[in-house]
Amino acid sequence: MIADKYLGKLQQIGFKTLSRFARVGRGSLFLWQIMTGLLYVIQRPKLLIRQLYYVGVQTLLIILVAGLFIGMVLALQSYIVLVDFGAEDSLSLMVSLSVLRELGPVFTGLLFAGRAGSALTAEIGLMKSTEQLSGMEMMAVNPMKYIIAPRFLAGVIAVPLLTSIFMAIAILGGYFVATEMLGIYEGVYWSQMQANVDFYADLMNGMIKSLVFGFVVVWIAVFEGYDCVPTSEGLGQATTRTVVHGSLAVLGLDFILTALMFNV
Amino acid sequence: MNTRNIEILVGGFVVLAVIAMVMLSLKVSNLVSYGDENDVYEIQAQFENIGGLKERSPVSAGGVRVGKISAISYNNKEFTAVVTLQIESRYQFPVDTSASILTAGLLGEQYIGLEPGGDEEYLVEGGEIDITQSAMILEQIIGQFIYSKSQEE
Amino acid sequence: MIFNNIDMDIERGKVTAIMGPSGTGKTTLLKLIGGQLKPDAGSVFVDGENVHTLNQSALYELRRRTMGMLFQSGALLTDLSVYDNVAFPLREHTSLPEIAIHHLILLKLEAVGLRGARHLMPAELSGGMARRVALARAIALDPQMIMFDEPFTGQDPISMGVLVKLIRDMNRALGMTSVVVSHDVDETASISDYIYVISDGQVVQSGTPDELKHSSSAWVKQFLNGDADGSVPFHYSALPLMEDLMAGSRGAKS
Repeated sequence: MIADKYLGKLQQIGFKTLSRFARVGRGSLFLWQIMTGLLYVIQRPKLLIRQLYYVGVQTLLIILVAGLFIGMVLALQSYIVLVDFGAEDSLSLMVSLSVLRELGPVFTGLLFAGRAGSALTAEIGLMKSTEQLSGMEMMAVNPMKYIIAPRFLAGVIAVPLLTSIFMAIAILGGYFVATEMLGIYEGVYWSQMQANVDFYADLMNGMIKSLVFGFVVVWIAVFEGYDCVPTSEGLGQATTRTVVHGSLAVLGLDFILTALMFNV
Repeated sequence: MNTRNIEILVGGFVVLAVIAMVMLSLKVSNLVSYGDENDVYEIQAQFENIGGLKERSPVSAGGVRVGKISAISYNNKEFTAVVTLQIESRYQFPVDTSASILTAGLLGEQYIGLEPGGDEEYLVEGGEIDITQSAMILEQIIGQFIYSKSQEE
Repeated sequence: MIFNNIDMDIERGKVTAIMGPSGTGKTTLLKLIGGQLKPDAGSVFVDGENVHTLNQSALYELRRRTMGMLFQSGALLTDLSVYDNVAFPLREHTSLPEIAIHHLILLKLEAVGLRGARHLMPAELSGGMARRVALARAIALDPQMIMFDEPFTGQDPISMGVLVKLIRDMNRALGMTSVVVSHDVDETASISDYIYVISDGQVVQSGTPDELKHSSSAWVKQFLNGDADGSVPFHYSALPLMEDLMAGSRGAKS
């Protein structure tokens, strides 16, 4: 009896591991199918533009607000630390490097997973549960090309664009606080930044990060939607998984990319 | 939402992102200084110790930024650090100019300060600065200070 | 195992019905015919081609040429209007000029009586109307065969009557082969030429509606008449009631 119980547990672990691997396999295959659908999307820019609206424009507001406040808070916090060393002139450097290297890509990735990623999963999952995907297959239109690929490409394009907007607005927010509240000269703010921020090492590395985050988050989002159990319960679980796995992927990848890029 | 409005909004979104990108490249980072990379000349200087000097650290003369450090290597024959300075062509310095490694503020970053001499000839591409002063190493200064104090007693 | 040793012929130009209780895999059968599911064993031939040995592009070509399918929910694309939904297969598969597509759409919508509703969005349609739009979309490319998945389920009597009439008319007027999967006995019997009754993964009986009405099988009789008790008992198998009650608190605990 007891041996049976433990064997049962062991079997459960085995089953879970195997089904995890199966999922990873399906996900990779799915990505390959998306890639073959990209040519189709490029020939139909209208599909892409519509999706750019849903994943890009509709995420813009939250990115603007979050970016502005993060820039402002960062300026205040940096000032408190730097003023003790008489180094408050370096405030803009601290704000801009934090935003360009880390906060811009990471925050945009997290917000995108929460706002657009979950919406993508829910939308595709709903299409699956209302048989729209099956219906499309029976009309001999591959939903991989018509539904999934445009959403994927739009997401991958939108995230770096949103990131650059986030970075710009955060630095402007920091500028506002630094000059209006903390009495730092405008010229000092900009010149400190320009003298020390490198275009390739800082800005471009940040943008590469955001491209990777966008790719992974959108991949997770569309896969969860496509692979979900088509019931209201399954849909809810898939949406949650998109947000959780997407956010964890962003944070984990950020560590790896930082280690690679800034060779610490 | 009709197609036209969607296209307008997406267009606005892309334009906004491009503006942000331009601002980040020109106003925040040093992309501009990459532009006149051709308009520079390189000279070398040897130091016994460069302290915390790094590639891309600034080179200044009289407090004005005139260039940056493009490479740092070690000369294994003379056992000195070889620093390559990239100076903008519009700034000319006499051959007897001296270079010293200075620190901006107490804890700030290190940079190379140039002190022009009085020679009629000017440094050109591939030239070398002979008079150099190494970085001040805090530990050594403190060590000397303690040593001299103990000598006095 | 869902099906065991099933052998069916669906005749060209006829209405063939597949009937059976809920959960016997009638929809699965349609998905097998359409190539959306692969059987572990056995084969399905449509228009002389083995559906499950085709590669993807050949399968899509076969679907485009021969099959239309009407899903239970209609499966309309929610972000397109009625007009664009019907236009969808035409725009994807033909290079017809927009004006020709316009005329075709009006004709198809006229056939299902919804020409006036072409500017509505799917969310604004009733269930019956959504199925009629889906029907117009399914026949947009004039397929040889059309498959109906539970077309009558959840419809009010008027919508049901409309759908019955439409399926019959499509078949008579266009000579379309129709496969109707349903458990609505009277409606299905009234339009079909041949009926397969399946249960537990097997064909229990097949024949014309008349032959089935005079079937000797008690199970088929019960199914067709909708009797509550019969060869399929009313009660799920259990201990006798008295025994269960007498078990008292012991039973409640376990």
